[in-house]
Amino acid sequence: MAVTDPAAGGGTMNPRLEMLGAFWASFSENKGAVAGLVFMVVLVLVAIFAPLVAPHAPDVQNRDALLVPPFWEAGGSLTYILGTDAVGRDMLSRLIFGARYSLFIGLFVVTLALAAGVTLGTLSGYLGGWVDTVVMRVMDVVLAFPGLLLALVLVAILGPGLMNAMIAITLVLLPHFVRLTRASVMTERDKDYVVAVRTAGAGPIRLMVKTVLPNCLAPLIVQTTLSFSNAILEAAALGFLGMGAQPPTPEWGTMLAEAREFILRAWWVVTFPGLAILLTVLAINLVGDGLRDALDPKLKRG
Amino acid sequence: MIPFLAKRIGLLIPTFLGVTVVAFLFIRLLPGDPVLLLAGERGLSPERYAELMAQFGFDRPLWQQYLEYLTGVLHGDLGNSIVTKQPVLSEFAALFPATLELSITAMIFAVVLGLPAGVIAAVRRGSVFDHTVMSTALVGYSMPIFWWGLLLIIVFSGWLGWTPVSGRISLLYYFPTPTGFMLIDSLLSGQKGAFGSAVSHLILPAIVLGTIPLAVIARQTRSAMLEVLGEDYVRTARAKGLAPGRVVGLHALRNALIPVITTIGLQAGLLLAGAILTETIFSWPGVGKWLVDSIFRRDYQVVQGGLLLIAGIVMIVNLAVDVAYGLVNPRIRHRR
Repeated sequence: MAVTDPAAGGGTMNPRLEMLGAFWASFSENKGAVAGLVFMVVLVLVAIFAPLVAPHAPDVQNRDALLVPPFWEAGGSLTYILGTDAVGRDMLSRLIFGARYSLFIGLFVVTLALAAGVTLGTLSGYLGGWVDTVVMRVMDVVLAFPGLLLALVLVAILGPGLMNAMIAITLVLLPHFVRLTRASVMTERDKDYVVAVRTAGAGPIRLMVKTVLPNCLAPLIVQTTLSFSNAILEAAALGFLGMGAQPPTPEWGTMLAEAREFILRAWWVVTFPGLAILLTVLAINLVGDGLRDALDPKLKRG
Repeated sequence: MIPFLAKRIGLLIPTFLGVTVVAFLFIRLLPGDPVLLLAGERGLSPERYAELMAQFGFDRPLWQQYLEYLTGVLHGDLGNSIVTKQPVLSEFAALFPATLELSITAMIFAVVLGLPAGVIAAVRRGSVFDHTVMSTALVGYSMPIFWWGLLLIIVFSGWLGWTPVSGRISLLYYFPTPTGFMLIDSLLSGQKGAFGSAVSHLILPAIVLGTIPLAVIARQTRSAMLEVLGEDYVRTARAKGLAPGRVVGLHALRNALIPVITTIGLQAGLLLAGAILTETIFSWPGVGKWLVDSIFRRDYQVVQGGLLLIAGIVMIVNLAVDVAYGLVNPRIRHRR
């Protein structure tokens, strides 16, 4: 028994694959999460291949087809499956291209907030002292403002537009990542395995990045998914208020803002962009719930 | 209790100072000349420019400007609106009751529906009711409320014609508003139909603003109840032969309520952010719409003051929740 063959124990796969398998087994138990994941995969494919999938160009106006209803309504046609907007642009094509914006916004904001948040949180939790105090006080200030209000004010400073909206949302979502990382790092910091690695002579950077951080991943992954959907919602809200992406960009929130005046005349121009936002956010939240249950059995809500 | 309170308030002071720094810097970070931004006049002569520069204090060093700003804030002086020339604080005070009325109604809507739904879902865990409540809650939680509001307007105002589209009360009614709460003032006015009109104006905005808190409360109540229902003392109470209703209502719910009340309190910031969107959609004359309009009117003095006041309110509500939590739960009070 002195030498054990690692492959002899529990199967022939390598341990990483095995962990992934166990994770998938747990994740796939959750029907909602799988449905959300499938929706997201389809949405990503649609966004990538938008020019091939969309029946029309998103910005071409047809003066002969203004506010055409969806095909199942009287006066609708299969040329414009979901109807057209007030200047005769195809709704479906605009929604398809809009998926590109929403997914990009989510990806951009989450990547930036995650990178900055984990860095600040790790430094804060690991170093403690005045670094910790300064970082956490600044985060408290950010959290004192309602997110949307702070984002609005930042956009007023930076100027309306998609890029500035994304930067503003990143800042609003940042404190959650910082706090979460800091809390996890502080819990892990004094555990035996960390002390052991430190005693073995590991430098502080190696200790943080290779030893402590991987053990803080589970809550961060869940937070990342939630922030992804939050970012999409906030960007759409800014677009709706006229402070996000500017017309004629087919961003879903901006489309809603343009459609507002036709609300009682053409229900479809209002209904579909919002439905697209809701379904996307819902799908991501379903995946997030599934990830949380699969990654952290303690948090499982049964 | 006093040391706990003192410590909590002490922690707020740096945050409050930080908030004033943000509000102070806001006007100075805006693109363009701050004197021109605040003057609200066109074609300034060099003399007038210098006069305004001195009046706003932009000719002094930054730290001195900040100290003056802070002194003003502490004396309740948030400057005057560039557009209306009225003090920002009194404009806020006039509009805030509308936001408060909307927020309180939304919260009542959320608690009245969310609490029982969460409790029943937990007690009947795994049932059809449980699944329905949880799925609905997830949809509510994912809802873009600005769209939800438009959708309700299409259905209830457009197709059914049941509710008005905007404002707080029909223009047919005019009466003094001593409390600022339209529901109360309309009753006090004694005018026939005024109260009904106020309710019909309030109902859709309150539902829209209450949707996300409703979803959060239902989810939180369910998970808190599930946790408590698994505790030993609940099992003991059951084993003693207490009626199930008594176990759930008396033993479990009371303890499950602590995290739920915290959740409710912490919705304050979310509620104010939601009010910005809800008030914009329904032309509800509250502070949320006021702030959005001010951003578009470039009335930056109002934006600066509103930013500070709203952050202040969120901080006070959070402090109150914190203190209430400490009152119910001695473990929190004595830790830290």
